[in-house]
Amino acid sequence: MTYIKKPRIDLPGRGRNEIGLTMRDYEGGLSTLCAGCGHDSITAAIVQAFFELSTPPESVIKLSGIGCSSKTPAYFVSGAHGFNSVHGRMPSVATGAMAANRDLVCIAVSGDGDSLSIGFGQFGHVVRRNLNMLYIIENNGVYGLTKGQFSASADPGSKAKKGEVNVMQSIDPVSTAIALGGSFVARGFSGDRAQLVPLIKAGIRHRGCAVLDVISPCVTFNDHEGSTKSYAYTRENYHPAVYTDFVPPAEQIEAEQKDGEATTVTMHDGSRIKLRKADNAYDPSDRSAVMHYLEDRRTKGEVVTGLLYIDEDLPEMHAIAQTEAEPLSGRAFSDLSPGAAALAKLQKGMR
Amino acid sequence: MSAAQSRVNDFVVKIGTVNGTGSASANGLLMKALFRMGIPVTGKNMFPSNIQGLPTWYEIRANKDGYMARSGRVDVMVAMNAQTYKQDLAEVSPGGFLIYDSTWPREHTLQRDDITVLGVPLAKMANEHFKVARVRILMKNVAYVGVLAALLNLDLEIIKQLLTETFADKPKLVDSNLEAIMLGYDYAMAQFTCPLPVRAEKMGNGNEGKVLIEGNAAAALGAVYAGATVGAWYPITPSTSVMDAFKSYCDMFRTDPETGERRFCIIQAEDELAAAGMVLGANWAGARAFTPTSGPGISLMSEFIGFAYYAEIPSVFMDIQRVGPSTGMPTRTQQCDLMLAAFASHGDTRHPILLPKDPNECFELSVKAFDLADRLQTPVFFLSDLDIGMNDWMIDELQWDDGYQPDRGKMLGPAELETMEKFHRYLDEDGDGIPKRTLPGKHPKGAYFVRGSGHNRYGGYTEDAEEYQDVLDRLLVKWETAKQLVPGPEIRHAGKHADYGIIAFGSSHGAVTEALDGLAEEGIHADYMRLRAFPFNEEVEAFIAAHKTVFVVEQNRDAQMRSLLMVELDAPADKLVSVLHYNGLPIPSDCIAEALREHIAKEAAA
Ligand SMILES: Cc1ncc(C[n+]2csc(CCOP(=O)(O)OP(=O)(O)O)c2C)c(N)n1
Ligand code: SF4
Ligand SMILES: [Mg+2]
Repeated sequence: MTYIKKPRIDLPGRGRNEIGLTMRDYEGGLSTLCAGCGHDSITAAIVQAFFELSTPPESVIKLSGIGCSSKTPAYFVSGAHGFNSVHGRMPSVATGAMAANRDLVCIAVSGDGDSLSIGFGQFGHVVRRNLNMLYIIENNGVYGLTKGQFSASADPGSKAKKGEVNVMQSIDPVSTAIALGGSFVARGFSGDRAQLVPLIKAGIRHRGCAVLDVISPCVTFNDHEGSTKSYAYTRENYHPAVYTDFVPPAEQIEAEQKDGEATTVTMHDGSRIKLRKADNAYDPSDRSAVMHYLEDRRTKGEVVTGLLYIDEDLPEMHAIAQTEAEPLSGRAFSDLSPGAAALAKLQKGMR
Repeated sequence: MSAAQSRVNDFVVKIGTVNGTGSASANGLLMKALFRMGIPVTGKNMFPSNIQGLPTWYEIRANKDGYMARSGRVDVMVAMNAQTYKQDLAEVSPGGFLIYDSTWPREHTLQRDDITVLGVPLAKMANEHFKVARVRILMKNVAYVGVLAALLNLDLEIIKQLLTETFADKPKLVDSNLEAIMLGYDYAMAQFTCPLPVRAEKMGNGNEGKVLIEGNAAAALGAVYAGATVGAWYPITPSTSVMDAFKSYCDMFRTDPETGERRFCIIQAEDELAAAGMVLGANWAGARAFTPTSGPGISLMSEFIGFAYYAEIPSVFMDIQRVGPSTGMPTRTQQCDLMLAAFASHGDTRHPILLPKDPNECFELSVKAFDLADRLQTPVFFLSDLDIGMNDWMIDELQWDDGYQPDRGKMLGPAELETMEKFHRYLDEDGDGIPKRTLPGKHPKGAYFVRGSGHNRYGGYTEDAEEYQDVLDRLLVKWETAKQLVPGPEIRHAGKHADYGIIAFGSSHGAVTEALDGLAEEGIHADYMRLRAFPFNEEVEAFIAAHKTVFVVEQNRDAQMRSLLMVELDAPADKLVSVLHYNGLPIPSDCIAEALREHIAKEAAA
């Protein structure tokens, strides 16, 4: 057998979550990505988020397309069912799976190539459908797995490793998702775990399509001078617009009173997202203002991060489709087939 | 004028109109009137890929012996469309009749001495009688039903009854339609000798136990009865009515009348690639899911179909074939996606295909497709065509066995997982090539990773030569199992020794049986094998071996079924003689009879 198993050792001091699992229980196989790849840091943040949310691993489905980024579902929550689909088509598989069983917790990982080029259509439509899922784009400005070609998220003026300069406009998944009517749109940075973990948690708990664009430097092909997706560039131009805290339903928000400009968004499951604005004027519920802000900062070369837009009230796919509450996949056959008498009756009208 | 033959309950009426003028309801009325008179009847639409203003035809065949295929004749032509008058006139069989709207003079250069031409001022009558412009156009078409009722001896009481049923909640429409019918009827009775020698007479028990239905509706019913809950699709003629029907049956049977909650989820995808992905995702998560499409859709879905083959995900693909290549003729029929379906996707892939012959089998094999997909954990094709899917077929009433239980295949539930040491997704434990699967969300021990990249029998990623090949070879074992599970062929012996065999499938069936009956009267006998599925079992092989010459009838240019037989069974090429029809119209029986006659004569001369 060629797949690698990690020894399961409980780390002292890490403890167990509400359902008695350790952080290790949320890990997966050993990563085979390059050392230092941003994607691995995101994997670690996902592990932590699920651990802290005490999500039963078997309730999770983890999906992806193709690319280095899309390999990562193999590296987290080994107790979840995984689906490494084809290039750019993860959203449709997620849609089908959630159509069948709406009780599943759906997390999907994609790349900038996977989502903004070959899969741009599916990305757009799953946002529009507002499928209940967390959609992470591990964004490095290149196609890592095919050895460093520019992706559609490469910024104009960004320089490739071999010196070629990108002149085409870039596709920004954040402003695209907002323009498409996305209900939850955020950006993080693989180098800022403290910000990333609450964003992942909030995205998982959001009822609808949570798009999380994470700048995730490719150390092998796009981490050099002149790249706008390098660690150095991202750190330098990093601009959190909002700080996000995620508070699960059981906990009280103790600091609420003290915290003057915190906005609290209560989610459908009772958990809350506390947003502290770095920029006083920032309002993540005002779509046109957010678009304006993002555009303004883009021209300044800033990498704006945080939970940038949220609308908890947009109906998700099943609400739109009026699907019944019980998962369709759980329905007994007797609840589905109308039977011989109904067929005979129906056919009376066919004469 | 040649003497018209008497043709009682054995004739073809063809109506040429302009699409978008409401002729569909007039034609439906004619069909049902004949049907209720107890005469076996079929109706075939020849419509343009257009919404309004282009020529469209509807061909009704009434045949006391129950032959349903196109016959190649036209006994009565109703030429309502000036644009196609010349063509319509030419198509009438010698001794036949042509009815035209004499409101405007027809072109007198166009003449035929061997048919009878009857003029009826339909537009004039409708204009004088009805006020609203739109109503006048519709009623002009309804009026030809009246003309035909008189000429063909249709039962007026049945027509009245049908109108009452159709417009149960709009009694005013019953009256106006009836008025229009009587305009035509009275005119014909007064001006012509009615009925014609070509006419209908009540027979049998009024077609009790039969229904009129389109194959697509029957396929959709199959999906409902099989317990499919998720349907994903992207609209494409001629498959759209599958999803339309699925939706309306689900609305009928699976929607809570009080809350409006639905026990189904239909997703109109952004394209066929997405529709395929949705079907895979839904089946993987435990629902029965399907997508109806046509050739162009299958081309787009191919990447996912290969994925489903290799990752072993049950999935049902309904391909309602239309004319290719490319966009082809979207509203015409062919059997041209056989090769595509059999081997869809890159790499070594092959897929079971079910081949319904009529709406009855659409229902039966649609259910079967879901059972096979679950049992074999693979994509299964349901290959119908426009002729079956969108035309009106008279069939035996669909039957359902309330004892039916779906075959969900080898699925491990939480209880079984609980007692297992470890679950391995791609292990073949009993030698049939089929591994066990689990569903997400059920049990922590059931987790596995679906991937289209190299994997070993345990479900782990691999790039190891042996491990890879191990899985690929096991899939061939599964293919052998599939041969035993798919429906075998249906064989009809000639009743006496026959050197000739004939192989056909799908919508060619009716034309083949009719041709064979006719040939038998001429002393040409052939055994007939109707294929119902791919892969082929030993019966198929034995049939070919047992005959000197085997005709393979199919509705495509490249003899795709013949190639498939050669590739899969090593059937000798010189034995398999193609009979091909691929102009987009449903295959007529005379084309088959003619091809056989010709070949046999050539053989005799050689
Ligand atoms: C249909 C198809 N075309 C091309 C490829 C080759 N391919 C694999 S990964 C990839 C790009 C991945 O880029 P991205 O999504 O940004 O992932 P990264 O490796 O950068 O994380 C391409 C083009 C493929 N797998 N499938
Ligand atoms: S090539 Fe780039 S994206 Fe791929 S693993 Fe290496 S660093 Fe990560
Ligand atoms: Mg990338």
